[in-house]
Amino acid sequence: MLATAVIVFREVLEAALIIGIIAAATRTIPRSRRWLAGGVLAGLCGAALVAGFADVIGNLANGIGQEIFNATVLGVAVLMLAWHNIWMASHGAQLAANAKAVSKDIRDGGSELSAVLVIVGLAVLREGSETVLFLYGIAAGGNGGGASMLTGGIVGVLMGVAVGYLVYAGLLRIPLRWFFSATGVLVLLLAAGMASQSARFLVQADLLPSLTTPLWDTSNILPEDSMTGMLLHSLIGYDARPAGMQLVFYFCALIVIGTGMKWVAHRHPAKKKA
Amino acid sequence: MRRLLFAALLFQVSLLVPVAGLAEEEVPEYKLVLKNHKFTPAEITIPADKKVRFVIENRDDTPDEFDSRDLNREKVVMGNSKGMVYIGPLKPGRYKFRGEYHEATAQGVVIVK
Repeated sequence: MLATAVIVFREVLEAALIIGIIAAATRTIPRSRRWLAGGVLAGLCGAALVAGFADVIGNLANGIGQEIFNATVLGVAVLMLAWHNIWMASHGAQLAANAKAVSKDIRDGGSELSAVLVIVGLAVLREGSETVLFLYGIAAGGNGGGASMLTGGIVGVLMGVAVGYLVYAGLLRIPLRWFFSATGVLVLLLAAGMASQSARFLVQADLLPSLTTPLWDTSNILPEDSMTGMLLHSLIGYDARPAGMQLVFYFCALIVIGTGMKWVAHRHPAKKKA
Repeated sequence: MRRLLFAALLFQVSLLVPVAGLAEEEVPEYKLVLKNHKFTPAEITIPADKKVRFVIENRDDTPDEFDSRDLNREKVVMGNSKGMVYIGPLKPGRYKFRGEYHEATAQGVVIVK
């Protein structure tokens, strides 16, 4: 049961952290809760579908379908996080100033909210499909552990959700004048970490050169399967043994999105003071 | 802005296609079989500083995930099917791997010489 709980926790953690951060970052946007919930639901359906068609996906493109699929899902998530962050950079100050008097643009923030839905949905889909496959494997393996497996699975999910909620609750305690910069930086690092993960899949499938593996090895100091390592992996893309290509993707995402945020913030100086 | 994002997405996808064609050079292949949630061979020796390809054949009925922190690789292999993973070039050393869904038995190590 414990082993099951640990594995499920590992899978759920990343999605839970992403949801916690996005939930905090969008808390002042009207109707954002509904879209978040929609994202989770869509993600769960997607996860079941992906798990059901894992065979088909895996066999696509001469056996590297899984890597292409994962890299694409991550790539789309990075784009959506970028969109979200740039949107927040241009509307965040206004949202902070007065949640009730938000402009029509924000009230109709359909584009931003659909980005939120996609981000949350993809996070759940990616981690959820692996959880489904794992649990299916144990169930079908028939070690007579159906009930214990179910308990383990539920405990794992609950632990993951608890950590996600802690991050959410913690972020809400940040004073308002720091809040949008703090969530902005967190989302930026999330996006960079995902870009790095997507590079890892492309290297694994031999679609990109690794550019030195590993670039460094910090697995003795901070192993990736320690609690801190796992958290840092999900939050800022920490990798104990990254390929060089991962760093290239990481910093490209960081620079491109960061520049976009700065640029948009400069274009809306009036709103900043509103 | 939306159009820009869409263009960026298209660009990203279009990048993948030609690169896939370029990477066709001959790469040594190593076979791993997963049966009764155990790897055979459980110890596999590969040359240093050379990219290799692992073909993991899962002969069990249930999926497993070839997972290695040491190699920085993760790949789900469905029951009764094969999966392929590229590894390296690596420095000499020992790199552990496991089947994440059946960790108790599915353990192995890559020795790079």
